[in-house]
Amino acid sequence: MIARLKSYAGLGIVPALSILLALLVASVLIIVSGLIGPEKKVDLLLPLIAYRSLLVGSFGNFKAIANMIVAATPLMLTGLAVGVGLKAGLFNIGATGQVLLGGFTAALVGTLVADAPPLIAITVALLAGMLAGALAGFIPGFLKAFTGAHEVVTTIMLNAVIQLMVSGLVNDVFRAPGFSFARTAPVGNATLTGAGNTTLHLGVIFALICIPLSYWLLWRTTVGFEIRAVGANPTAALYAGMKPRRMMILTMSLCGAFAGLAGAIEILRFGYYPAVFGTSIGSDGITVALLGQASPIGIMFSALLLGAMRAGAPLMQIQARVPVEIIDVIQGVILIFLAAEIVVRRIFRLRTTTPGSGELQTITRTYGEKVAG
Amino acid sequence: MDALLNIPVLGFILQFIVYLVNVIVNGHIAPIILGLATPIALGALCGVMNERSGVVNIGIEGMMLFSAYVAFMTALLVHQAFPAKPSAFFGATPALISGVVAAIAAGVLISLLHAWLSISVRADQIISGTIINITALGLTSYLNRLIKPYDSAGTFKSFRPPEGLVNLPGVGWLFEMFTSVGPIAMSVIVLVIIVQILLFRSRWGLRTRAVGEHPKAADTVGINVIRLRYRNVLIGGVFAGLAGAYLTLEATGSFQNNMTAGRGFIALAAMIFGRWTPVGAFLGALLFMGSQALGVAIRLAPPAGDLGTFLAGIQQAYPSIYNNFFTGLPYLLTIIVLAGVVGRSIPPAADGKPYEKESSS
Repeated sequence: MIARLKSYAGLGIVPALSILLALLVASVLIIVSGLIGPEKKVDLLLPLIAYRSLLVGSFGNFKAIANMIVAATPLMLTGLAVGVGLKAGLFNIGATGQVLLGGFTAALVGTLVADAPPLIAITVALLAGMLAGALAGFIPGFLKAFTGAHEVVTTIMLNAVIQLMVSGLVNDVFRAPGFSFARTAPVGNATLTGAGNTTLHLGVIFALICIPLSYWLLWRTTVGFEIRAVGANPTAALYAGMKPRRMMILTMSLCGAFAGLAGAIEILRFGYYPAVFGTSIGSDGITVALLGQASPIGIMFSALLLGAMRAGAPLMQIQARVPVEIIDVIQGVILIFLAAEIVVRRIFRLRTTTPGSGELQTITRTYGEKVAG
Repeated sequence: MDALLNIPVLGFILQFIVYLVNVIVNGHIAPIILGLATPIALGALCGVMNERSGVVNIGIEGMMLFSAYVAFMTALLVHQAFPAKPSAFFGATPALISGVVAAIAAGVLISLLHAWLSISVRADQIISGTIINITALGLTSYLNRLIKPYDSAGTFKSFRPPEGLVNLPGVGWLFEMFTSVGPIAMSVIVLVIIVQILLFRSRWGLRTRAVGEHPKAADTVGINVIRLRYRNVLIGGVFAGLAGAYLTLEATGSFQNNMTAGRGFIALAAMIFGRWTPVGAFLGALLFMGSQALGVAIRLAPPAGDLGTFLAGIQQAYPSIYNNFFTGLPYLLTIIVLAGVVGRSIPPAADGKPYEKESSS
């Protein structure tokens, strides 16, 4: 048991140190921002003020904590959308497109069931979003399995195709009359409203269920074992009698379903689909999955961390006058340190024998290869 | 001819081809297409340099964006310190030239990060590229919010070719395309040809392709795989830097958040479409951007006859879908080409595989 806990701590130590180093790097940027910002002075305490207001903005009171959880909810799902793929050796950059298609479908189905009882309307709309997301994941999975087209390139291209297609459809076909901007009709009872005077909604429960569910799937079922086997070595999995192609398609569809659910939750919170739906939850999912070392538990914690940053950032911008975009910079720097694990280990004099993040380094290897099977 | 154009389906296609040729030859859209294709082609050259030597680069978008910002800010600062009148040479000023130099330096610097992560650290190359995209977007948006410049250092000016050359029947449009553009757009064609020749006709090119296809064999005959990969990735950064400089110093004269808007990904698409060759990638970029320019051309001056009525009808009923179709075509074509529906596109064999000398491990 203790050995097991130790190995978990070993997995978490590099991400934790990467976060620490990233916050240090960001401190330098924040000090510089004080120098070139409107005040034009060097304030060495500014990073502390900024980080303090970031904490207050995300944990300060019950309402703030609720906002933090609501911000983390879609990130857990997009994190799973990328993370479960990593376990199968697939890098799903397509979360962005899957989110859009899932959200759009949820909005359309939501208008159809707008008069049904809320619980039914919400469930139906969320499931529809999941299904649409799964379809958006199925396509690159199928192409990878049967033509060898690498999922990274096809999902990047699909992101653009889906975004253009959906915005075209909202503008030209599903535009609701009577609004000053292009958007779909209201989803009525399918809207995810906050409980009490907080923003906590039903979607949070759906996301929280997905975390243990995917843990169970990956580590306690045959399918999960096959997914991990295909990720570790597709050829070996083939000779062991598994079907790597089928697993790839299944995994990508599952990833798409997670991302589609995330998009559906975000859209049902608005209650409609706007023609310009700019959201970063798709790309944030990449950060969440890498920071969480592609494990469902790790993904939950990193989603909460990133959700806290996103939820607390507006207060930080008001109190410390540090632009909210610093969160994106911190994300990027965390990822650089994570990728350069060796450097982090050298700085803190850690031994390099601890099992690293093996599946994080298998994606590119299949770049030019055709899938066997 | 008229009889041919009235055949049901074939006639439709013929009408379209006649229209297409007419638009390109007489429509003055050729320079616009080259302008649109310039950042794509330069980004694709960056990709070719990387992937031919076995390093996957999906961070072209971020490299371009970062260089675009650095180019703009450097040019602005130099412009404020030493204001100068645009010179006769493409309207170049010390500010603009230092902007281009700084953009190239920025492209090389960020490529160094990519090279270090993917060659030395042997991190996953796709993750490295993704990190570059995320970081570049965050950093430039952050800095752009902090320092909101309302000033501009201006842009390079297009060259005015002699009227007689442009009005030559049949080939005038070609002259117009390559001469009535700014200096960076004009240099693209030269760069593409140089890289194409070097890649397939020089010792460096042979070594680069060897390192990209079979690094172990290359190592056995005494090629320093690591050093060659580093050098090529850094040269790739020069092209990404130029692409960034084009966006802020030649095309627009300002910087907006996320102004690359997916051009780095279209560049990736053009590279794949052109099967990892410079000329192919350039033609891919022209084709992709040509389809966008064509969408605009049809809107401004629709073709006559049935075809025109048909297209105008679609455009009337579904303006957004119509526009987005032409914008999205490059992405769709890339998926089709990559999936091998029309001629498969296969990357270099060692693309994406970090190289480790056996003795060192």
